[in-house]
Amino acid sequence: MSTRSFGARVERNVDPKLLRGEGAFIDDIPLANVLHTAFLRSPHARARIKSIDVRAAKQHPGVVAVYTCDDIGVLDMAMPLLIPHPCMKNPQTQRPLARDEVHYVGQTIAMVVAVDRYTAEDGAGLIEVEYEPLPVEMDMEKALAPGAPLVHEKAPGNLAAHFVQVCGKPDDAFARAEHIVKIRVQVDRSTAAPMECRAIAARWDAVSGELTVWDGTQAPISVRGGLASIFALDEDKVRVIAPDVGGGFGQKVLFFYPDELLVPMAAMQLGRPVKYIEDRRENFLGSSQERTQIHEIELAALKTGEVIGLRDSFLHDTGAYIPYGIAVAQVASTSIAGPYRIPNIWVEFKAVYTPTVQVTPYRGCGRPQACFAVERAMDQLAEELGLDRFEIRKRNFIGVDQFPYEREGLLFADGLKVTLDSGQYAKALGMAADALGASSFAADQAAARAEGKYLGLGLACYVEGTGLGPYEGGHVRIHPITGKVYVNTGLSTQGQGHDTVFAQIVSDQLGVKPEDVIVVEGDTKAFDWGVATFASRAAVVSGNAIHKTAITVRKKTITAAANMLEVAEDEVELRDGAAWVIGSNRFVPLAAVATASNPLRYAFNEAAQAATQFAPASKHDGPPLGEGTAPGLEATDYYSPPASTWAYGVHAAIVEVDPGTCAVKIRKYICIHDCGNMINPMIVEGQVMGGIAQGIGGALYERLDYQPDGNLANASFMDFLMPYATEIPDVKILHLETPSPLNPLGVKGVGEAGCIAVGAVVASGVEDALKQLGPMKFRHVPLTPTMISDALESVGH
Amino acid sequence: MKRTIKPSIPERSEDPLIEVSLTVNGEAVTRKVSMRMLLSDFLRHELGLTGTHVGCEHGVCGCCTVHIDGKAGRSCLTLAAQANGADIRTIESVATSETVLHPIQQAFKECHALQCGFCTPGMVMNILSRFEEPGPLDLSDEGIRDMLSGNLCRCTGYINIIAAVRRAGELTGRT
Amino acid sequence: MKPSLFGYRAPKTLDEAITMLASDADAAVLAGGQSLLPAMNFRLANPSLLIDIQHVEGLRGISVEKDRIVVRAMVRHREFELDPAVRAANPLIHEVMQHVAHVPIRNRGTVVGSLCHADPSAEMPLLLTLLGGSVIAQGPQGRREIGAEEFFTSFLSTARRQDEIIVEARFPTPRAGAGAAFDEVTRRHGDYALAAVGCVLTLDAQDKAATIQLAASGIADKPLRLKGAEALLKGSALATGDLDAAVKASLPLVTQSDEANASVSFRRRALGALIRRMVVKAAERARSGSPQ
Repeated sequence: MSTRSFGARVERNVDPKLLRGEGAFIDDIPLANVLHTAFLRSPHARARIKSIDVRAAKQHPGVVAVYTCDDIGVLDMAMPLLIPHPCMKNPQTQRPLARDEVHYVGQTIAMVVAVDRYTAEDGAGLIEVEYEPLPVEMDMEKALAPGAPLVHEKAPGNLAAHFVQVCGKPDDAFARAEHIVKIRVQVDRSTAAPMECRAIAARWDAVSGELTVWDGTQAPISVRGGLASIFALDEDKVRVIAPDVGGGFGQKVLFFYPDELLVPMAAMQLGRPVKYIEDRRENFLGSSQERTQIHEIELAALKTGEVIGLRDSFLHDTGAYIPYGIAVAQVASTSIAGPYRIPNIWVEFKAVYTPTVQVTPYRGCGRPQACFAVERAMDQLAEELGLDRFEIRKRNFIGVDQFPYEREGLLFADGLKVTLDSGQYAKALGMAADALGASSFAADQAAARAEGKYLGLGLACYVEGTGLGPYEGGHVRIHPITGKVYVNTGLSTQGQGHDTVFAQIVSDQLGVKPEDVIVVEGDTKAFDWGVATFASRAAVVSGNAIHKTAITVRKKTITAAANMLEVAEDEVELRDGAAWVIGSNRFVPLAAVATASNPLRYAFNEAAQAATQFAPASKHDGPPLGEGTAPGLEATDYYSPPASTWAYGVHAAIVEVDPGTCAVKIRKYICIHDCGNMINPMIVEGQVMGGIAQGIGGALYERLDYQPDGNLANASFMDFLMPYATEIPDVKILHLETPSPLNPLGVKGVGEAGCIAVGAVVASGVEDALKQLGPMKFRHVPLTPTMISDALESVGH
Repeated sequence: MKRTIKPSIPERSEDPLIEVSLTVNGEAVTRKVSMRMLLSDFLRHELGLTGTHVGCEHGVCGCCTVHIDGKAGRSCLTLAAQANGADIRTIESVATSETVLHPIQQAFKECHALQCGFCTPGMVMNILSRFEEPGPLDLSDEGIRDMLSGNLCRCTGYINIIAAVRRAGELTGRT
Repeated sequence: MKPSLFGYRAPKTLDEAITMLASDADAAVLAGGQSLLPAMNFRLANPSLLIDIQHVEGLRGISVEKDRIVVRAMVRHREFELDPAVRAANPLIHEVMQHVAHVPIRNRGTVVGSLCHADPSAEMPLLLTLLGGSVIAQGPQGRREIGAEEFFTSFLSTARRQDEIIVEARFPTPRAGAGAAFDEVTRRHGDYALAAVGCVLTLDAQDKAATIQLAASGIADKPLRLKGAEALLKGSALATGDLDAAVKASLPLVTQSDEANASVSFRRRALGALIRRMVVKAAERARSGSPQ
């Protein structure tokens, strides 16, 4: 291939299938005689269960089985604590089916298996539970106070974790500060809301003793390990397949959800395939959520605007359980200084139990909250010091010559010291200002004001640690029959285009078209070493593993081809699906090289004749397969990142606020983004844009509305306001490409980038638009019309 | 694992049945189904046309959009029984051939207008119905946004879908 | 989210349908199903019997009459929106329809179904109220006409008796020379309104409001005619002071309690802004001689 595939806008291999409706999402997979499940879920946030009567449900025609905690054997246990951390106190995890008490509305109490989902829901409706409701406290600050109702009797004060991290000498910095600002900000709870809800199906083969589980998970290999362990099966007898998965955004990386254990159990017990297709209401009630944090952040500055110290103390709502450890709060706390030098940092968080579904990472994972806190504080500092918002940021950025920039004392989610590896922050800021037209904005704002319109400029910068370890693997094989290249890795995909970007990486090494590279992942029978898809890590970790592997296969191919072409290895090049003698028209197709590398007994087709033992090409000394060699053109290798690599960006917008209707319209939105070398800019932009849309949701629309009694008032798409196309403005995305020095491809992650800064940008813009009417502060997202109305009222407008 | 006695499991529920006869993608179909079966479940699980996806079952997300008598409608808010006598069209009938996509599908591919692909069939069916509606087609940015406004997508942020609709207009000469 | 068990009938005549409806106190009429089926999928509505009226004779079609538009029970929103005769007779209807959910919902949902659902934030009840329209209910005791203000009784409640079917709705056509305007405040395009206001007015030779109809929804348990405001504005020059007074008189009508998407004070602010803007817009349209 003469042109490099890496860096090109290659259309996706997976698209035709999905566009034709031929995708295979879990509920699309035909399973003969499959049974369906429904759950009885708690209507109370906290209650003692005094009795459960399943008799009527069991007798309902079409109901096959009803399970409560008494009927599930080894599964009547607290589910795994996935990421332990020493700062956690009394870590609590959920039981598949509640025993004796419930801790949030929607908690699973009983599972009904029936001939169809309609009947299963009927059965769940017939279960009678006697509850003794208990008091709840939904407000995190009040929940920490002595005497507050407890989510868990074993967790005094509702405190799930308390952690302090210190970088430099923050007390000294505050002592010598010339100016200090302190603000309080809040981000409310949201949910990933993937278009496909979670889903699982299981089939038990009693003859082979194999359990096959189709799970819409981001972590098939990890789920496999857990299932094998809990059900005491050998790992090779458990196959977990994550087929096409309709979005994940973190929600599908948690395991186990109750159904992921109970459905396989029922399949084994009943001898029939069983499936659970979560419905939208259940996704709102029972699948992980994120975001609620309240930060009290202080900046210690010099008169020049240089920030010399930061203190942040925040509360993090972890829900009723903490199965994913402190990951979200830890990422927030280690991202708190953003792209700024700020050498002295004190950051503390308390993770608080609330009687709600557990909090685990949702795209962004604590970064949007940290960004919101520090960026709103920077705006406030700029205002108090009389500095321009662009200028104050420029004065605090880590310079291009200051990388790697270490934050000694802050340990990132990979357990390693925060070390920002590369970036051109000031350049990105300049690009944002230019693209937005920042220099003429004051005039535009005044002109609009003359027409009765209120325009504001919003700005925020962010960093994102990406590409966490521990490792991923790659397997690459050139198929001897078709010459196509098969690639495996241990991830699963939820729409990120893995099949195309990994194909591009391999394409460049082996000289084949990206569409001739077939990526198979999400199946433990295809590849079962690895971790999962999360934390913007696929391109970095699997991408580099596959890259390393492809290089090995390339070397093997050249060696074999040079032998066949009877030239030296450095005279061979790989392009157009063949190995060529450089500068000649002599070539041998990759299929033939692969075939010749696989000594055969049987000539099952014409091509195979060349590799059989009496063929002329098979002359050799010694055994057909040399000692220490393996058949075929194939390799497996792994990549384990030395540390996370830090992407970053600058977002800026012009918003219009209508003080009459309190509507906020984004008139212009600019995103400057740098994720290192881009494998496929089209896919990068897709990831960034999708993130920005979710960010706009979080900035203006999406808030889970928990009532004081713990009920979720908006558990539907009717009431949880995810943006439609009509709510999303045009966005201009511009790129910088500062390679990461940490990995061979020079790439950084991009999956979460888009959503991080949006809340801060919108709040900054609304505040700027309305400052003409009085001093109003917007430090709480999503920013609702009611908040704007209240603010206007507070200044008598 | 120790073999246990197979439990006795009924074949189906005891729901009252109704016979429905309708046309699906040009083929006449007759089935006896539960009176309460949603058209989405009928298409997916009775007929095996699983390209029609189910994202919310309350009519908001648009994943389950099909054509009912030539117009886009939610199959999750329609009973199979209500579709008796109707002409239904699903995503499986849209592509030009086994190898050639419909221009709207082609435009989605060119513009990277899908990521996970779960909302995509409903999006395509909705757009297709507007392209096939008699009368003018508003392909301004605002017109396209309004056209897409009944379909949720969580992956793309819509901008590439808007571009794809514009591109489909070019490919079909509807600019 | 699957509906609970119910019976299903698809009668061919109105008499049959009414007999079925009268036979079962928990029966429900199914037309487009765009409000009923979501509620059933959530199992919030659990009718024992669904009477699908799509095949009932005589329930299709729109008649544009001299001074009103008659919309029969199976007319879908989208038909009402696109019908050229409707658009010519009363262009406000097309404008209002753009706010009703989204096209795929409008393709299935019916105008009369939306009236019977009686969501206090929905557009069709507001339109009927604004125009002073009515519905025709038919039951075992015969037909009766119910005016909009009588028909909408409370949140999701109407004066329709359980055994009645609303067979048509009548939307009076504004008099010649009237200007009309409608707008609403929603969180997202197509959502139910947090506040919506419609205005129809005519101007006299002195450019004063000769007649004015003003209605709002999203603010109370049913759509309301803003009668105090109408009285203040009628005969006025629709100057800022007149509008201020009209807004002031209307704000106490906001009785929806605080909820997540909208506090009372926000709804009042939005109602005030909409009243001002819609009156001004309707007057401009009346002045320009183009009703829209």
